[in-house]
Amino acid sequence: MTALVLLDHEGGQIRKAALSAVTAAARLGDVHVLVTGDAALAQAASRIAGVSKVLHAADARYAHELAEPLAALVASLAASYDHVVAAAGATGKNVLPRAAALLDVQPIPDVVSIVDAQTFVRPIYAGNALATVRSADAKKVLTVRSASFDAAAAEGGSAPVEVVAAVESPDVSRFEAVQLSDSARPDLESARVVVSGGRGMGSEEKFHALDPLADALGAAVGASRAAVDSGFVPNELQVGQTGKIVAPELYMAFGISGAIQHLAGMKDSRVIVAVNKDPEAPIFQVADYGIVGDLFEVVPQLVEALKK
Amino acid sequence: MKILVPVKRVVDYNIKPRVKADGSGVETAGVKMSMNPFDEIAVEEAVRLREKGAASEVVVVSIGVQQAQDTLRTAMAMGADRAILVLTEESPEPLAVAKVLKKLVEKEGPSLVVLGKQAIDDDMNATGQMLAGLLGWGQGTFASKVDVADGRVLVSREIDGGTEQVSLVLPAIVTADLRLNEPRYASLPNIMKAKKKPLETIPAADLGVDMAPRLTIVSVAEPTERKAGIKLGSATELVEKLRNEAKVI
Ligand SMILES: Cc1cc2nc3c(=O)[nH]c(=O)nc-3n(C[C@H](O)[C@H](O)[C@H](O)COP(=O)(O)OP(=O)(O)OC[C@H]3O[C@@H](n4cnc5c(N)ncnc54)[C@H](O)[C@@H]3O)c2cc1C
Ligand SMILES: Cc1cc2nc3c(=O)[nH]c(=O)nc-3n(C[C@H](O)[C@H](O)[C@H](O)COP(=O)(O)OP(=O)(O)OC[C@H]3O[C@@H](n4cnc5c(N)ncnc54)[C@H](O)[C@@H]3O)c2cc1C
Repeated sequence: MTALVLLDHEGGQIRKAALSAVTAAARLGDVHVLVTGDAALAQAASRIAGVSKVLHAADARYAHELAEPLAALVASLAASYDHVVAAAGATGKNVLPRAAALLDVQPIPDVVSIVDAQTFVRPIYAGNALATVRSADAKKVLTVRSASFDAAAAEGGSAPVEVVAAVESPDVSRFEAVQLSDSARPDLESARVVVSGGRGMGSEEKFHALDPLADALGAAVGASRAAVDSGFVPNELQVGQTGKIVAPELYMAFGISGAIQHLAGMKDSRVIVAVNKDPEAPIFQVADYGIVGDLFEVVPQLVEALKK
Repeated sequence: MKILVPVKRVVDYNIKPRVKADGSGVETAGVKMSMNPFDEIAVEEAVRLREKGAASEVVVVSIGVQQAQDTLRTAMAMGADRAILVLTEESPEPLAVAKVLKKLVEKEGPSLVVLGKQAIDDDMNATGQMLAGLLGWGQGTFASKVDVADGRVLVSREIDGGTEQVSLVLPAIVTADLRLNEPRYASLPNIMKAKKKPLETIPAADLGVDMAPRLTIVSVAEPTERKAGIKLGSATELVEKLRNEAKVI
């Protein structure tokens, strides 16, 4: 059996989450990958360990991973594969369900575990339940959570690259512009340590109180929905049911109450720390270590203690 | 221009879902049900487009049990003009829902279909994309801003590393993300008015759509619960624990 992985990219780089999709696909069989964009991306794809063939959709219409042309291409290539896999990120979730509809297949989103070639485990109800589902479709179309599968090594492979021709698709969409936040910090979804702030941070300015701590730990910065909605930080930092799903070694929550929608995005972290001035905050029910106190006092103390 | 908004009745987002003892699913009997929060945002956006004069009519549709009427009435209290209930006892998967919606699109001829980006029960995040695929329409998913002008819709989309804009030819599909708008509360007079707005019921069987599920639920289980840990008195103590006990830093 062979699986086709759609490798998504952003800012000229293959997303780290896509490397986890390669690992998941390897559980299902031989791995071919499909990548759009320039030749450098195809070369990067060919170096990923465990990939046996790269399909490069070099045509310019695919460069921005627009769903309308890309889903049509994925659906046409799917003829040769048993499984079509992508990371459960913005691209995978945009393109794969559309491709599945073209194939008359019910997609299986957010897979966290593979039982066998047709049976998969996925969270439902914001992770409050885990459903094991078996697909009766001839082809399986799935997105996988990067937090649940280790990333394949980015170097070590030497797969051949084959350029694939464009296929017909409705010409109904146009890419206009993109604004990527340029952060020097590690990627939220793959960071070892995540330092997150909630409504308790108070303002955009005061949110920066977390910067020295994140610097000291080499951590990525995350946020609750309340912090994003209040305009403290941009939306791509949101952790939770409708934001990023993270499972770092260490997750530190400051001024976050611990709503189920937030927990859905971080409760699989190995160690959870919570700092909250309310001793009854639900976040303490999932935290391994908690401090009841004012975060604006605790954070500088942590930075000091880390220096020792 | 007509806008179609599919709305789903789901377990209220404030309720902590419980897995049934026999592992067959999540308990929904006797649990408070509400409109999927993303669908409230979708309804709000459609109503605002009509209020701005960009649309003439907002039609809401739900595929589900008789009680989904309540959800449709809520949508009409928010400002939708009329409603369609496609009646079924099953819980159709997104593929089946998309096929049903395609039939309704062919019947109603909307220029825009605005859906929620995901339903908070099954978290599939699929129906809008699948409907767009079946219709061959453009899709603006995870929308945080929508502008309709000159036969096109410009959609700002929330993506992994930021935001992007796509421009789509109408008719098109939009799926609503959390920050698209803040839905209004229905006022009491509007709730009363909504009771008199037209609500048509169509048995799903009449649409001639294959709704057979493709996925079988093998089991539904509770995830392993995390245990509450310990409370510490100081930052120094915390750093010591993280270094020597948890060994994560
Ligand atoms: C459909 C839907 C989807 C959602 N998706 C998400 C999601 O993906 N992610 C998400 O996070 N939320 C999501 N939410 C929102 C979620 O329900 C909560 O509203 C949100 O997580 C609350 O954020 P918060 O904990 O920062 O704010 P609050 O609940 O207001 O908590 C703030 C906390 O800060 C503490 N605090 C205040 N000041 C200080 C201080 N100086 N020092 C220490 N502690 C302090 C308070 O005691 C309080 O516990 C979703 C909601 C819905 C309806
Ligand atoms: C594995 C699995 C387990 C299930 N378990 C249960 C269960 O325990 N109990 C149960 O009752 N059902 C269950 N179902 C069925 C389920 O409730 C959903 O109807 C179905 O899977 C659709 O997924 P979704 O709502 O997450 O779609 P999404 O694609 O996330 O929905 C996106 C949007 O599509 C629109 N939409 C979706 N469905 C409808 C609808 N019916 N009417 C109108 N608009 C709609 C809304 O605008 C919504 O915001 C299960 C299904 C699966 C696949």
